[in-house]
Amino acid sequence: MASLPAHLARLEAESIYIIREVVAELDKPVLLYSIGKDSAVLLHLALKAFAPGKLPFPLLHVDTTWKFKEMIVFRDATAARLGLDLKVHVNQDGVARGVSPFASGSALHTQVMKTEALRQAMELGRYDAAFGGARRDEEKSRAKERIVSHRTASHGWEPRHQRPELWRLFNMRLKPGESFRVFPLSNWTELDVWDYVRAEAIPVVPLYFAKERPVVRRGGTWIMVDDERMPLEPGERPEMRRVRFRTLGCYPLTGAIESDAATVDEVIAEMRASRTSEREGRLIDHDERGSMEKKKREGYF
Amino acid sequence: MDASDRASLPALTFITCGSVDDGKSTLIGRLLHERGLILDDQASALARDSKRHGTVGEEIDYALLVDGLEAEREQGITIDVAWRYFSTPRRAFVVADTPGHEQYTRNMATGASNADFAVLLVDARKGLLTQTRRHAYIVSLLGVRHVALAVNKIDLVDFDEATYRRIVADFAAFAAPLGFASVTPVPISARFGDNVAARSARLAWHDGPTLLEVLEAADASPAPDGVAFRLPVQWVNRPHLDFRGYCGTVAAGDVAVGDEVAVAASGKTSRVASILVADREAKRATAGDAVTLTLADEIDVARGDVLADPKDRPQVADQFAAHLIWMDERPLLPGRAYWLKCGARALPATVTDLKHRVDVNTLDRHAAKTLALNEIGVVNVSTAQPLAFDAYARNRATGAFVLIDRETDATAAAGLIDFPLRRATNVHRQALAVTREARAAAKRQKPAVLWFTGLSGAGKSTIANLVETKLSARGAHTILLDGDNVRHGLNRDLGFTDADRVENVRRVAEVSRLMTDAGLIVLCSFISPFRAERALARETAAPGEFVEIHVEAPLDVVIGRDPKGLYRKALKGEIKNFTGIDQPYEPPADPELALDTTAADAEALADRVIALLEERGHIERL
Repeated sequence: MASLPAHLARLEAESIYIIREVVAELDKPVLLYSIGKDSAVLLHLALKAFAPGKLPFPLLHVDTTWKFKEMIVFRDATAARLGLDLKVHVNQDGVARGVSPFASGSALHTQVMKTEALRQAMELGRYDAAFGGARRDEEKSRAKERIVSHRTASHGWEPRHQRPELWRLFNMRLKPGESFRVFPLSNWTELDVWDYVRAEAIPVVPLYFAKERPVVRRGGTWIMVDDERMPLEPGERPEMRRVRFRTLGCYPLTGAIESDAATVDEVIAEMRASRTSEREGRLIDHDERGSMEKKKREGYF
Repeated sequence: MDASDRASLPALTFITCGSVDDGKSTLIGRLLHERGLILDDQASALARDSKRHGTVGEEIDYALLVDGLEAEREQGITIDVAWRYFSTPRRAFVVADTPGHEQYTRNMATGASNADFAVLLVDARKGLLTQTRRHAYIVSLLGVRHVALAVNKIDLVDFDEATYRRIVADFAAFAAPLGFASVTPVPISARFGDNVAARSARLAWHDGPTLLEVLEAADASPAPDGVAFRLPVQWVNRPHLDFRGYCGTVAAGDVAVGDEVAVAASGKTSRVASILVADREAKRATAGDAVTLTLADEIDVARGDVLADPKDRPQVADQFAAHLIWMDERPLLPGRAYWLKCGARALPATVTDLKHRVDVNTLDRHAAKTLALNEIGVVNVSTAQPLAFDAYARNRATGAFVLIDRETDATAAAGLIDFPLRRATNVHRQALAVTREARAAAKRQKPAVLWFTGLSGAGKSTIANLVETKLSARGAHTILLDGDNVRHGLNRDLGFTDADRVENVRRVAEVSRLMTDAGLIVLCSFISPFRAERALARETAAPGEFVEIHVEAPLDVVIGRDPKGLYRKALKGEIKNFTGIDQPYEPPADPELALDTTAADAEALADRVIALLEERGHIERL
């Protein structure tokens, strides 16, 4: 196989270093697997870090029960193909309360089914570190976050009291109940992720590629009607459009873009010409200004 | 930004620094804008934010693109390092935007620690400021060898060449002792874009490159006198019995299958049998590669060891001289034990000697007893075990360390190793004919350090005296070290500041160790208010011989007792640094014994100590 371009090889090495350092220093790490392209790259790097051995930690998927069906199929197929220890956590309390993006609004749904669910899962598994695929180029408050980011015993992020991160010497000392969120892809850009997916032929969810899908127009974006739970407004009728997704999350909160890009090469070409950022399709980021920072202080990834 | 083009070079990581309001964030916003990287949804958010928080009237305030935290936007300043990414057809860039304010100097040092290159901004109207000098010094200290001097806001001095020339000359004079390999001056207007990415007719007199051209051509190569192959071992990978791989990122030089390598600390050598770069079989690997090596021989290698070229090995020493940049609100206390992390190695270490503090504005040296937040000093460090390292100037990855506060877990300092101190290596321990075990056996006891800690007036000395009397009556061999008595002799040069209390305890811990080597049961009666020092005393003792005894009494009770009248004086302010009054007492979290002096009398409490000593086998049961 042709060797990686220098730029990607350096990013790959940096991520592997971070992943190994966490496994060496902490007792019980877990990889927060959210099924998207960043998680796919993160998992690929983690497998490389411990080759020829097996992955020394489990994967955790915090399932809001509103993910695209194709994501769940892809998740289970990936775990089976690679022989991974996959744990799935659902906030059953939220399910019992009937919390959903439609009934409760996106802010409460995210708070209960993602933020609280993650806290539950971290405590249930007694994990002291969770790897995530977040990148600093995604969002302004992410750009300020450490690679190994400390969380209080109540899982809060304290942006003004972050530990200085000098060189690549991570301070991973913890008090009981505290934990870390670790971001090995911190220094990758969206384009780097796709270039790497192409170079390494990493499988990703087909939703990233253009296809005719049933959608409705809402809030200036296309929302896919992924199952019968989606309430249609009077006069609203799903139409078939050739669309794809730049990021994946809960289907009612994830906008599609009209596109003809059906291969990785075409996705990369389209992205280069794009005039909007990838998180534009994320409805939860627009709830209020500074909303990502606020969510992270409360324990969101 | 075509991937195939930019792929030819690794990304350049650079830092922008300079004084507050010199336009660092504006410059980054401008670079992103010029490269077409401010996308439509971000531009509309920026326009919205500019109206609300902007500082440039009706225009777009690019600084708001990078000042991502709410507090930063509200205060209009950069607090924390922001990392941004952009690329040109020639190169990809990672830029650390760092705060200018003095109270965030530690964040600036953090940005510089991972940078290959620095852009130092100067406001053309103001010339070199204190902060410009400080940042230039920190950047040079952290090993950034190439800088661009960006003379910004040139539009506000009417694009005047003479002003520019004067600032360039001033900087050359100031920076000469800092030893930069290159300084490239560039006149710019970050706000209007002159000479940032495109040449400007208004700067026709400038015949040098634009700032972006300087960055595209920047030299990121390591120091020319760098060290040979180094691999700090992060993790030993043993998936099955036939595979034992040493994982890590090559910190310097390169390595090939068949090369001889040495374990720095033990001196043992072997040959490289195979190399994986990530998960790919390879014949060789080079600095920056994440590798897994297997060796031809079974030699002892663990996390924290350094594999090295046998012909150019790292230093191995337990004492070295270093520069420290203090990063914590809690000041440095020489003598206190911190965690030191260097490469993949973490171990207890103390600063044994603070030689001087460096005034970062003038580079003058000042005598100092401590280092406060953002201060830089030159120190001697002593580690609990020998450490393998290189001088920071020869290799960053094996010459850098951090100190971590053992109490709060805060990253307390960034350290840069200058050179090993030979004292330890030349003063070899003398092997003794009579062992400590033999001395203890002759006394028919197991040595111990009974460490009585608690507030003044709690009853430490009273109980310790009773315990010693009882031990002596049973024929045990003892010695009692009392805080007050020791201060009349061994420690009479010490006062009651935090730093002196630390040293007081350190000396007593060392003396206790010597006395247990002699076979004695040592009773120490010291307030010893800080957990960190009691932990140090515990580590100084032989395993299993340290017994921490917390003599408990509430503050109002000891104030009531006040046997020496000291609390009365302290409360009136006549005595400073008095434990419990204006200096904290940190109670033990998990002592071997807690004695509640409000629940039982001293006699009964002393019997509990005796019982514990019997139980632990220090003395025979009667």
